[in-house]
This record gives sequence, C-alpha cells and structure tokens, in this order.
Amino acid sequence: MEALTDTTVEIDLSQSTVRELNAELHAPTSKSYRVSNSRGLHSVAVGIKDEIDVEIDGDVGYYCAGMHQKGNLTIAGMAGPGVAENMMSGRVHIKGHASQSAAATAHGGLLVVDGNASTRCGISLKGGDIVVKGNIGALSAFMAQAGRIVVCGDAGEALGDSIFEARLYVRGSVASLGTDCIAKEMRDEHREELAQLLKDAGMEDEANDSKYLDSFTRYGSARTLYHFNSGE
Amino acid sequence: MRSPEDRGLRESAIFDKASIAAIQHAAETGIYDIRGWGAKRAVPHFDDLLFLGSAISRYPMEGYRERCDTDVTMGAENASKPMELDIPITIAGMSFGALSAQAKEALGRGASAMGTSTTTGDGGMTDEERTHSDKLVYQLLPSRYGMNPDHLRQADAIEVVVSQGAKPGGSGMLLGQKISERVAAMRTLPEGIDQRSACRHPDWTGPDDLTLKIQELREITDWEKPIHVKVAATRPYYDTKLAVAAGADVVVLDGMQGGTAATQEVFIEHVGIPTLAAIGPAVRALTEMGVHRKVKLIVSGGIRTGADVAKALALGADSVAIGTAALIALGDNDPRWAEEYEKIGSAAGYYDDFQAGQDPAGITTQDPKLAARLDPVAAGKRLANYLQVLTLEAQTIARACGKSHVTHLEPEDLVALTIESAAMTGLPLAGTEWVPGRNGDL
Repeated sequence: MEALTDTTVEIDLSQSTVRELNAELHAPTSKSYRVSNSRGLHSVAVGIKDEIDVEIDGDVGYYCAGMHQKGNLTIAGMAGPGVAENMMSGRVHIKGHASQSAAATAHGGLLVVDGNASTRCGISLKGGDIVVKGNIGALSAFMAQAGRIVVCGDAGEALGDSIFEARLYVRGSVASLGTDCIAKEMRDEHREELAQLLKDAGMEDEANDSKYLDSFTRYGSARTLYHFNSGE
Repeated sequence: MRSPEDRGLRESAIFDKASIAAIQHAAETGIYDIRGWGAKRAVPHFDDLLFLGSAISRYPMEGYRERCDTDVTMGAENASKPMELDIPITIAGMSFGALSAQAKEALGRGASAMGTSTTTGDGGMTDEERTHSDKLVYQLLPSRYGMNPDHLRQADAIEVVVSQGAKPGGSGMLLGQKISERVAAMRTLPEGIDQRSACRHPDWTGPDDLTLKIQELREITDWEKPIHVKVAATRPYYDTKLAVAAGADVVVLDGMQGGTAATQEVFIEHVGIPTLAAIGPAVRALTEMGVHRKVKLIVSGGIRTGADVAKALALGADSVAIGTAALIALGDNDPRWAEEYEKIGSAAGYYDDFQAGQDPAGITTQDPKLAARLDPVAAGKRLANYLQVLTLEAQTIARACGKSHVTHLEPEDLVALTIESAAMTGLPLAGTEWVPGRNGDL
C-alpha cells in the first residue's frame, strides 16, 4: 500500500455510488474518510481491510461494515440489519440504534452501539466483542461460540439459546434465557474483562465504578448440548 | 449352511433386513441413526431415460475426430472475472473436517488436472485446497465457520449455500470424533464436541434479504466473482426463480441423492425430491425469466457416469457437480480395505459411516494415521482419470446426437423409459409421443 495522505477525503453518496465508495476504501489513498448522504443505502463501507478511519454521517441500510477488518468506522446515525456482520478486527461504532443481526458471526474486533440493538444481536458470534449501551432484542447470542457481549440495558427473549463458549454480561433484566443458557458466577477475572470492555467502548467512568460493575450478571453455556446423546 | 432363501424362507418386502436392523438399533440405543453417503432407496433417476442417437432424421458427428466442446463459463453476466471451466463437471462442496486434508488436496489435484473447480465446505478454506485447486468456489454457509474475507477475496467464485439435497431444511453435523484440534480451531468450537451447524443464515431470512446479501458479497469482492446460490431440490421452480431474482449467476440444484458426511438417516431418505424430478422445473423457471444458459444451472445428486452427465445437460443443466462419485474415485469403499471395513462393522461397497471418522481409506477422517494412507497425488490422478472418462462418455453421446458442444444436447434427444420419469421430465415415453398429463391418451 502506498503512503496515505492525512487529508480527510469527503465522499458524497448523492454524487458517488456505493460501488465507487467501496472501491476507494478497498484501495485507500487517505487515512481518513467522511461519507455523507448515506440515506439508508446498503453495503456501505463493506470489506474494509486497512487501518483507516471512516465516518458516515447518516443512516445506513443492510450490511454496513460487513466483514470489516482493521479500520475504525463510525456511523453517526442508525444502522440496518447485519451491521458489522462477520467483522474480523478493528472497531465499528454506531451512535444511534442497530437493527437485527448486529455483528452476526463476528470473529474479532469491537462493535459499540450507543443505542439499542434489535433481535439476534451477536448471533453465532465467533470471537468478536459487542458493547450495547441500551437494550438488545430476542434471540441475541443464539449459538454464540466465542467472544463477549455487554448489555448495559435489558435483554429480550431466549438470550443465548444453544450458546457455546461466548460470555454475556447483562446489567438489566433478561426476558428469558434460551435453551442451555444459564446465569454464572461473576469472578474477578470476569469483572476485569467487563471493565476493560466498557473502557474500550468509551465508558471509562462506569468501568471504574465498582457498583456499576456489580450490577451485571454473567451468562453462558450450561454445556448440556455438546453431545447428541446428552439432552436433545 | 444353506442360506435362508435356499431353505425356502421368505424375506418380508416391508420389514426387510435393513428395516429390521434399524428397528433393533433404535430399540437398543434410543438414538436416531446418523450416517454419511446419500439416499440409498431406489428413486426415478437418469437410468430411466435413454438417448435416441442419430439415424436418417438426425446426422451424427464422427466419434473420435470431430470437435465436441465441453467448456462452460460461470458468471459472465456480472463478474469481471468469470470462472471458465474446461469440462461441465465440478466437484461439489465438501468440508475439511468431513474430509481429511489429504482428501481435499487430492480433489484439488484431480479437478485442476481436468480444468475444473472444487468447492470448500462448512469450516472454511484450507491452504491445501487453495494451493491445489486452480479454481476454487468458496461457500458462504449458515454456520459461517471459518468465514474469512481474505479467503473470499482469494476465491474464484462464491457459493451462498441455502440447503443441500441430503437434508433440505437441516444443517451440518460433525461428530466429536472428527473435531480435532485443527478442525476445532477453524470452527471456533471446543475440541471433541458434537458440532451442529445453524440451519438458517444468521443475517438474512428471505429472498429480498438474499438480494442484499449477494450485493454485499459483490461489493466486498469488487464485483469480480461469480455468485452461486445452492439449494436443495424441494420446490425447484420457485427457488430457482427467487435465486435468479436475487442476482445469482449460478443456481446449484442438489437432488435428494446428494451425499453428506453426517445426517440423520430419516432426513437422507425422506426429505427432498429426486434430481431427475428437479431439473425440469428449474429449467422452466430459467426459461420463463429469459435467462436459460445465461444464469447457469449446476445439477448434483447421483451423477455416476458420462451418460448421467449428458442426460442432465440435455434436460437443460449447464454443468453437473459430483461428490460421492469423486470420493469413490479417490479410493472410498475400495476392496483393498475389505478386511478393515469388516472390522468396523461394514463392508467394501457399503461403507457409509463417514460421521465416525474411522475411514480405512483415509478420506472421511481426521485421524492422522488413517489420513496418511491417502496419497493425494495418486488419488488426484484417479479422480482426473474418472473425470476424463465422464467427459469422454458425455462427448460420445453428444456426437452421436450430432452435437458439437455437450451443452447443445436437448430434451428432443431423450425419451423416458417409465411413466414416472416421463411425467417428471416432460419427455415422451419411449416409442410413443405420450407425455403423461400433457397430451392426452397413450
């Protein structure tokens, strides 16, 4: 990759196509981009694989930041279904709410949602981290294999159904737990992990507040479904 | 000792030996049977069709001399880098995990020698298969095990797997015996657990979502790659229309005979429709949408011979895919391992316990000692030989029907041998002009 400029490149999606935007982001000429007029368009800023900063000023449709790697992406608006799906690394920050399947199957990286995340948040999570400052919807963390999800608000029905080894931290209420998902002891290492995730999400004050940390419950797998002859 | 038949004993047609054994197994264990292979029951198949060849009304090509091309291009309409195959026979998706690394390498070697593609499976792409497959299709499955955008960009085509013929509506299984350290790491799962894949995609739920998913995949890969959509044969007319409407370059249609590494027996034998019955509705859907031969149709499930290949193409497919037959070509069920098959309760020619990881041939296993038995170079050569024979056989039939390209074969070259196959394919019953349900009495 050639040396990148420090000058922020402005891309107006009322003038450029999503395809042109993604082509530029896949072979970046700058360290920093600002995207305007996203107007709920789909597949915005997908497949980023370099350490660049991208700020999207507006709402985005399906699959924004899909399969994201390395970069730092901010959405100053709402995000449609599948935001940061299969993220591998880097950081995606949504200042509004996220629709369903946020960070589905994410293998790495951090997704921060300032608002709420809808159903199936962190479905089949494979090592990525998610911090939701509001609530999450039903069937979140379904079959989640690895990674961590922090929910500062409430969780919907069937949290962590058929979960494997992902760890869930929920501060508020849980409408119901899914099959094989149970509340677990919050040990010191889990408090440290939770505090670090909150710091990473920019919640420094809360991370240093032991009362705040105490208000979380950890959830994970009872591991009773790991073999076919053991409980189906 | 005389056999029961020689002693005048009569086996029940309903409660035959296999049915009795299945009841006894269920009664003893309380667990349903999981196995590999594909449907074993007899269903209408390509054997129920015949080619007419040429006579006075049709003019043949010279068998060994005149040109009869076999190439097929995938994704020419949308992809900036279409996938060009030398033969209309591809290797179906089979995972590392289900298969040993040596088997995946052998598939790559054999397919590459013949200028065709292999396909990854649940669990992601291994270095062995990328290195040894000149043309590699990367599957996007509901589980997304090992899904990696770097691999997506390295692939020659992308296949969105909705379902497979052995288990439409079901999902992948890999039992603990095969979840080795490497397999577990690739799938982000604990070692040794019985792994079940998701049966639904995590981030899309219907045809409109699929359209956007395909758009995302094209955007991530800069519109370079052909996008396949694989569906089990259940409602092929509607599924083909929806896949095409969603933007697929290729529809992969997997009949109920399609193989599996591990699926419930009840699923394998009782869900989905035969390959023969599925092709017609899919071709009708493509034709009605004006994209037949543009959006490509790959058919799989029970392809064994060049005649099967030619019949699938004549019914309107652009290519076939093989799985079970490819494994047999590598050395699966080889009589040289007869004693070992007996030791694990099976027999050469019958072995289907691909889920168990004890494959004496070193193909459906993760046991390093067993896997080391398969020489990828020699096995790859066997597969190349087999692919060559399939191709030569299909060409032989195409020339006999007067065709200079195997995909020029057409329904008019075929007749049906049975009323069932005539009704399913819309071909006339041999010796008549009768198509059941379409043109009156016999």
